[in-house]
Amino acid sequence: MTVLFSIFSFLYQTGDAFAFLVLSACGLAIIFGMMGVINLAHGEFIMCGAYVCAAAARAGLPLPIAILAGALAAGFAGMVIERIIIRPLYDRPLDTIVATWGVSMVVTQGTLILLGSTMPGTGTPFGSFTVGPYSYSVYRVVLMVAALGTLGLLWVGFTKTRFGVLARATIQVPHIAQALGVNTGLVYSLTFGLGAALAGLAGGLYAPTMTLVPTMGSAFVVEAFVTVVVGGADIFLGTAPAALVLGAVKASLTSWQGQLAGQIGLLVAVIIVIRILPRGISGWILRERT
Amino acid sequence: MQGTNSLMKTLGLLQGPQTLGKGKPFWSAFTLVVALACAYPLFADGYDVGNNVYFFNWAFMALGLSLIWGYGGTLSFGQTAFFGVAGYTYGVISINFGDAYGLTIFALVASVAAAALLAAALGYFLFFGRISGVFLGIVTLSVTLVLERFMAQTAGPEWRVGAARLNGYNGMGGMPSLTIPWFGSDIVLFPDVQLYYFTLALLIACYLGLRILVNSRFGNVLVAIRENPQRAEMLGYDIRVYQLVTFIIGSALAGLSGVLYTSWGNYITPASMGMTAAALPIVWVAVGGRSDLTTTLIGAMLVLAGFQALTIHGSQYALVVMGALLVLTVLIAPRGLVFGLGTLVAGLVNRKPKRQGE
Repeated sequence: MTVLFSIFSFLYQTGDAFAFLVLSACGLAIIFGMMGVINLAHGEFIMCGAYVCAAAARAGLPLPIAILAGALAAGFAGMVIERIIIRPLYDRPLDTIVATWGVSMVVTQGTLILLGSTMPGTGTPFGSFTVGPYSYSVYRVVLMVAALGTLGLLWVGFTKTRFGVLARATIQVPHIAQALGVNTGLVYSLTFGLGAALAGLAGGLYAPTMTLVPTMGSAFVVEAFVTVVVGGADIFLGTAPAALVLGAVKASLTSWQGQLAGQIGLLVAVIIVIRILPRGISGWILRERT
Repeated sequence: MQGTNSLMKTLGLLQGPQTLGKGKPFWSAFTLVVALACAYPLFADGYDVGNNVYFFNWAFMALGLSLIWGYGGTLSFGQTAFFGVAGYTYGVISINFGDAYGLTIFALVASVAAAALLAAALGYFLFFGRISGVFLGIVTLSVTLVLERFMAQTAGPEWRVGAARLNGYNGMGGMPSLTIPWFGSDIVLFPDVQLYYFTLALLIACYLGLRILVNSRFGNVLVAIRENPQRAEMLGYDIRVYQLVTFIIGSALAGLSGVLYTSWGNYITPASMGMTAAALPIVWVAVGGRSDLTTTLIGAMLVLAGFQALTIHGSQYALVVMGALLVLTVLIAPRGLVFGLGTLVAGLVNRKPKRQGE
C-alpha cells in the first residue's frame, strides 16, 4: 500500500506542476506561436487577473465568476496594449520583447504606487482530502481539471470555430488572408487579447493560493518561458507535452531536494533540451511527421 | 592607413566603419571630455567624486551589452547574471584571502574569469544549439532570475564559503576594497579620488579596446552576422564561434562591472540579479543607441544620471519613467535617441552621413 500511496503522491505533484506550467504558459505560447511575439509583460497580465479576481471575490462575487472577471480584465488590457504598443512593431519582433519589458516595468511599479505593496487575498476554497498518510488540497485537483479544460477549449476553439480558422489563416499567410477579406488587424488584436486573457485566467485561478504582491508575475514567468522554449511554437503539440515532461522533472526534484532544486533543475533541463531539440518538442514532432 | 608596423595598424582601427566619430573633430572632442573627466576631482569634494564613480561602474556592463546586442544582434537579457556571479565571487575570494599582496587584484581577475566561464558554458549550449532571437533573450533572463532566487535563499549559516557568509536576501558585505600593492604602502581604492582615476583609466582602456575590436576583422564579421546570419555562414564563417566569443567578452565586461560595484560599495545583494536590475542595462543601451559604443556610453551616463535624480526626488516614479522611456525609444527612435542625434551631428560636421540603414 505504501508504494501505491507514494505513486499517488508523485502523480498528484506531477499533475500540480503540469497544471501550473500549462496555465502559466498557454497565454504566452498562443501569443508567441500565432504572432511570433514574446510578451515579457506576461507576468503582469497574470498579476492583473489575480488582482481583479481577488477584488471581485472580496466584493462578494462567487469565485468562478471572479476568476472569469480577472481573465476578461487581463484580456481587455491586452487588447489595449496590442493596439497602442505592439501593432507598430509587428515587423520588428525583437523590439516587441523590449517594448513589452518596458510595459512590465511601468505596470509593476505603477501597481506598487497605486495599490501598495500587498493586497488582501481570498482563502483557498474546498479544504483537503486524505490518501494514506498524506493530505491533499482539493483546489489543486480543480486546477488540474482547469488546465485540461483550458487545453480542450483552445483545441475546439482553434479547429472548430470560424475565429480559429481565420486566425490560423492569418498566421500562415497574412496577405492572402487579408486579400480574401479577413480583417487581419482584428484577428491579431483578438489573438493577443486571448493570450492576455489566458494569463489573467492563470492569475485568477492561482489568486486564492498565493500572496498578492505587484511582483507576483515573476513567480510565473520563468516557468512559462521555459515551457514555451521547450515546447516550441505549437501549443497542442508543444506546450502540453513540454508541461507534462517538465512537470514530472520538477515534481521529482522538488520532492527530492525542495522547491528551489525543482526550479534550477527545470532550467538546466531546458538548457540541455534546446541543445538537442533547438526547435522545441513541437518542431521535433512536426519534422517526424513530414 | 599608411602605417607600416602592426601597432600603427591596430591604432588605425580606433576609427572605422563600425564606430561613429572619426577625424579631428571627434578626437578633439574625445580629448576634451577625457581632460574634463580628469580635471573633475580638482574641483570637487573627494566624497562626491567617490560617489560618482558609481556611474562608471555600470558603464562596462553597458559597453558589453552594446557589443552583444548592438553589434552581434543577440538579445542577452541576463547580463546581470554575470554581474552578480562576478560580484559574489569577488566577495568570497577577497573575504577569505584578505587584501594583502595585491590579492584583491587576483580576486578581480578570478571573478571576471568566473563570469566569462559561466558565459562560455551557457553560450555553448545556446549558440551551438542554434538558439536565436527571442528564445535567447528569455533563456538568459530565466538564468538571472533563477540565480537571484538561489542567492535569496542562502540566508542560513550553512551557506558559507570559508569565512564568507552569503547572507541570503540581505546581501553579502564586508569584503575589502580593491587594493593596489605599491612601494611603501598599498593604495586602497576607497570610493575617493584614487578609485575615480583607476576606474576612469579602466573605462577609457575598455572603450578604446572595444573600438579597435569592432573595427577589426572580427567586428566586421560580427556585424555581417547581425545583418544576415545565413549569408555570413555561406561565406564560410562559423557564426556560432563568433557569437560565442562576443558573448564571453560582453559577459566578462558585465562581470567587471560586478566586481567594481562590489568593491566600491563593499556590498552585493541578490536583487542585483533580479528582474528590475536586469531591465536597467537594457534601458541604458537601448536609449543611447545600442549599435554604437560611443552612443551607448553617452546614453548610459545620461540615463543613469536621470535615474539618480529621479530616485532622489521621487523614488517610486523612477522605474515607471524608465519603463516608459524604454517603450517610447522602441516606438519612436528604435536605433536610440543619442544615436539619432550623433548621426545628425556627424552629418552636419562632415556634410555627409556616416552610415546608413541597419
